[in-house]
Amino acid sequence: MIRPSRRSVLGGSISLLFGWPAIAAETGGGAAPALPSDLAAAPEIDRWLRLSADGRVTLRTGKVELGQGVLTAYAQLCAEELDIHVSRIDVIAGDTRVCPRQGMTVGSFSIPEGGKAIRMVSAEMRQILIRLAAEKLSVPTAALDVRDGMVRTRDGRSVAYGSLAGGQTVQRRATGAVLPKARPRRVVGTSVARLDLPAKVRGAPAFLQDYRPVGMLHARMVRPPSAGARLLAVEIAPARAMPDVVTVVRDGDFLAVVAEREWSAVKAAAQLASDARWDTPPPLPADPIAWLKDAATQDTVIASTGTPPSAGTRLVRRSYSRPYLLHGSIGPSCAVAHFDGTALHLCTSSQGPFELAAVIAKLVGLPVDRVTAQHMQGAGCYGHNGADDATADAALIAMRLPGRPIRVQWSRQDEHRFEPFGAPMLIETEAHLDDRGNIMFWDYALRSPTHNARPVFGVGNLLAAPTLAQPTARPKTNNFGGPPAYAADRNAIPSYVFPGLRVTTRFVPESPVRTSSLRSLGAHGNVFAIESMMDECALAAGVDPLAYRLRHATDPRAQAVMQRACDAIDWSHPRPADRGCGMAYARYKNYAAYCAIAIEVEIREGEPVLVRATLAADAGEIVNPDGLRNQLEGGLLQSLSWARHEAVRFDGAGVASRDWRDYPILTIGEAPPVEVILIDRPDQPSLGAGEASQGPASAAFANAVARACGARVRNLPIDRAAIAAARVRA
Amino acid sequence: MTTALTVNGKRVAVTSTPDTPLLYVLRDELALNGAKYGCGAGQCGACTVLCDGRALRSCFVPVRTLAGRSITTIEGLRGPKGGLHRLQKAFLDQQAAQCGYCTAGMIMGAAALLREKPRPTEEDVRTALSANLCRCGTHNRIVHAVLRAAEAQHG
Repeated sequence: MIRPSRRSVLGGSISLLFGWPAIAAETGGGAAPALPSDLAAAPEIDRWLRLSADGRVTLRTGKVELGQGVLTAYAQLCAEELDIHVSRIDVIAGDTRVCPRQGMTVGSFSIPEGGKAIRMVSAEMRQILIRLAAEKLSVPTAALDVRDGMVRTRDGRSVAYGSLAGGQTVQRRATGAVLPKARPRRVVGTSVARLDLPAKVRGAPAFLQDYRPVGMLHARMVRPPSAGARLLAVEIAPARAMPDVVTVVRDGDFLAVVAEREWSAVKAAAQLASDARWDTPPPLPADPIAWLKDAATQDTVIASTGTPPSAGTRLVRRSYSRPYLLHGSIGPSCAVAHFDGTALHLCTSSQGPFELAAVIAKLVGLPVDRVTAQHMQGAGCYGHNGADDATADAALIAMRLPGRPIRVQWSRQDEHRFEPFGAPMLIETEAHLDDRGNIMFWDYALRSPTHNARPVFGVGNLLAAPTLAQPTARPKTNNFGGPPAYAADRNAIPSYVFPGLRVTTRFVPESPVRTSSLRSLGAHGNVFAIESMMDECALAAGVDPLAYRLRHATDPRAQAVMQRACDAIDWSHPRPADRGCGMAYARYKNYAAYCAIAIEVEIREGEPVLVRATLAADAGEIVNPDGLRNQLEGGLLQSLSWARHEAVRFDGAGVASRDWRDYPILTIGEAPPVEVILIDRPDQPSLGAGEASQGPASAAFANAVARACGARVRNLPIDRAAIAAARVRA
Repeated sequence: MTTALTVNGKRVAVTSTPDTPLLYVLRDELALNGAKYGCGAGQCGACTVLCDGRALRSCFVPVRTLAGRSITTIEGLRGPKGGLHRLQKAFLDQQAAQCGYCTAGMIMGAAALLREKPRPTEEDVRTALSANLCRCGTHNRIVHAVLRAAEAQHG
C-alpha cells in the first residue's frame, strides 16, 4: 500500500550498530563501485528502508506518484532484491521530513536512476539480513536462501526478517558493493497491479484534494483578467461581510478570500472579483507563431558535422510549428498549508516537494529548516503545471492565519489561464538529397521560449511572487538543459545518421506568457518536425517512408521498433481512398527508450478520424509491462489530443482558452484502438519511457493525414480547417 | 434551513445553503470524496454521481433542486454481496487508470449507462463516456473495463 507518512513510523526504533568491517573490504576487490546518484546523495540505508517486527518493509523515496505508477515499480524493485512479496511493502513518497532527497520526479529518470538506487539499497539490506540470519543460525551465509522474507537453511530451519531486525534501524551506509543479483527475476518483469488504484476506484481519500485536516479553512484566489495586470482598486467590505468569510487577503496584487466552507469561498471570490479593478496589460499575440518568427533569439549551434554540398543535390525546405499548449490537468491545482506560528508545513502535489519547500521558505521569509513539505497525489500534471503555484498561494495565506490549515483550490478557469503553458515552437529545416534521395546534409533550426521555468530556478517563477507588495521579479528565462538531455532542443539532433548536419537552437528569452516544462519538453515539437520532414524527404525521393527511415537508421534497436510497429498495422497493405497510414520514430532524449508509432487515419467529410494506432517500444529491462503499456499508450493518446485539437488562444482580454469548451481535448469517442508491442531486454539497463511516445505520435498522425489526403499540415493542430487549407495549397 | 436527500441509501438533512452545488455538499458536508471537482461547469464529468439512477454532474446543480432525490456516489456502489461493484472490479482488472482523478466519474457515468443499456456496444460506451474527460490517455482501458463489467453482469 501507499500511505501518507506518519511521524509514528519514526518512533521507537532501536539502532542496530554493526561491528563488521565494511562489506567492500570483505569482498576483497579494489575500490567500491560508484553508487547510483540518488543513493550517493543519501547513502544511509535507514533513510530508505525500515523493517517492522511483523516483517513489513517501509520503503521511503523522494520521487512521487504522478499517476505514472512509479511507486508500484519501486515496490517491485525492492521486493525483488529483498525477496519478499510486494504486499509486504509500504511506500512513503515525497515527504521532506522522512524521505531521501532524490531530485524532482521529471524527465523519465525515475526508473533508470531512482530505480537503480532502490534496487541497490534493497540488495544491501538483504545482505545485512542474511548476515544476521547466518549469525543467529550459526551457518555460513552461502548456506541460506530467502523466500518471502523467511531466511532458510538447507536442513529446514528458518528465521523471519522481522525477527532479525524488526523495529530497529539499520545504521549503515550503502557501499555499492552488493550488486543486484543476476538470478531469475520473480517480481521485476511482471505486471503487478498498481498499489494506489484500489482506493481510487472505491472513492476513498486518495488525493490531496480529499485531505481535510481539523480546523481547515478554504481559500479561493481572485485573479486578474490577464497575467501581469495590476490591481488598481478593490473594495473588500462586501466580500468580507459575506457569510462564513473569515478574511480577505490582499498583498499587492495578490488577492484571496478565506472562508469556513468551500462554496462560501467560491461565492465570496466572485463578489471580490466583481469589486476589483485591474489595469490592462499589453495584448497577447493573436498569432503566436507569427510572433515567434519575429522574436529576438539567442542562437547556439548544438551539433555540426560536415558542410552543405555546394551542388548536385536536391533541396527540401520546410517549416513546422506547434502552438502554446496546456498541461490541462483534470483536477485544477490544489494545496494545503499550515503555519503553526513557528514552522510551515505544505501538502502539495508538486513534482519536487524538497525543492519547492526551499523556494517557498524564501518566498515567505522563513529559515529553510522551518518549511517542510509532503507530497500528496493530485490529478495528473504532465510536467510543471499550477501545483507549485497553488502551494505558494496556500503558504502565503497560511502565514497570515497561523494555526489554521489553509486549503487553496484553483478554479478551472484559473488553471486554464494561469498555469505555465507548454512553449510554442517554430522549426525551420532543410535537407539536401543526393541522386538516390538520401539525405547528405541536414540543416535544422528551432525557435522556442523556455521549457523550464520551475521555481527551483528562482522564487520569481512562482505565479504569486511578482504580484506581491514586495515583489520578486520573474528571473530571466534560460534554456536549462544542455547535452545529452537538452530542453527546448531535446531530440533536436535527429536519431538518424546523416553525412553532414547542423542543428541550431534559437532560444527566445521573452514570451508574452509564462511557459515551462510540459511532458517531453521540446522533444514533442522537434520529433514532430524531424519525422514530418523525413516523410517529406521520402516523398521527394520516391521511397517508402519506412524503408527511407531504415536506410538512415543504423541502430538495430531503432530498426526493430520501426519494423514491429509497421508490421502490426499492415504497413504495405493498400488502403482505400481517404485513408492512409503514417509512421514516426524517435529515441527519447537520444539515449532513453526507443519508440515507433504507426497510425491509420481516415478523412471523413473533411475531419481527420483516428482509425487505429500501433506502437512498438524498447525500454531495455521492463520492470512492469502493464505499467509501461499504460504509460506509452497514455502518452500516445495525449499527444494525439495535442496534435488533433489543442492550441491556447488569446484575445484582447488575455487567454481566451478558459475551459474545456474553449480548449477541447481528445474524447473517449475519438480515441483510436492502440496496440502496444514491447520488446523486453532483461540484459539491458532500463530506459526512461514515460515521455517516449509524445513526439512520435503527433508526427505519425501528421504523416498519416498527408498520406490519406495528399495535403501536408505543418502547423499543429491538425483539424478540419488546417486540412482544408492544406488541400487548397496542395 | 436544511435540504432532505437520500445519499447512498441513507436519508440525510444537509445544512449547506440551498444554492450550494451538490458536489460541495457531498465533499465538504458529508465527507464523501469520490466525486471530484474538475471544472464546475459540467464539462468534464469528474463530479458525476447518480440521481435517481441517472448520471448527474454534481458540480453545478444546486442542492435545493434535488430535495427528496436519491443520490448514489461511488462510495455507495456495491456488488451483490456487498463487495466491490462489477465496474470497480473491472476497472481494477483492466488497470483502467493512470492518475485516477477521473475514475470515479467514469465509473458513475458507466453505471448510469449500464442501468439504461445493460448490453452496450463499444460504440455505445464510447459515445456515453465522451463527455467524461481523461487527460492521461487511459481512454481505451476505460472502454474495455466497462464492456468487461457489462459481460460480468450477464456472464
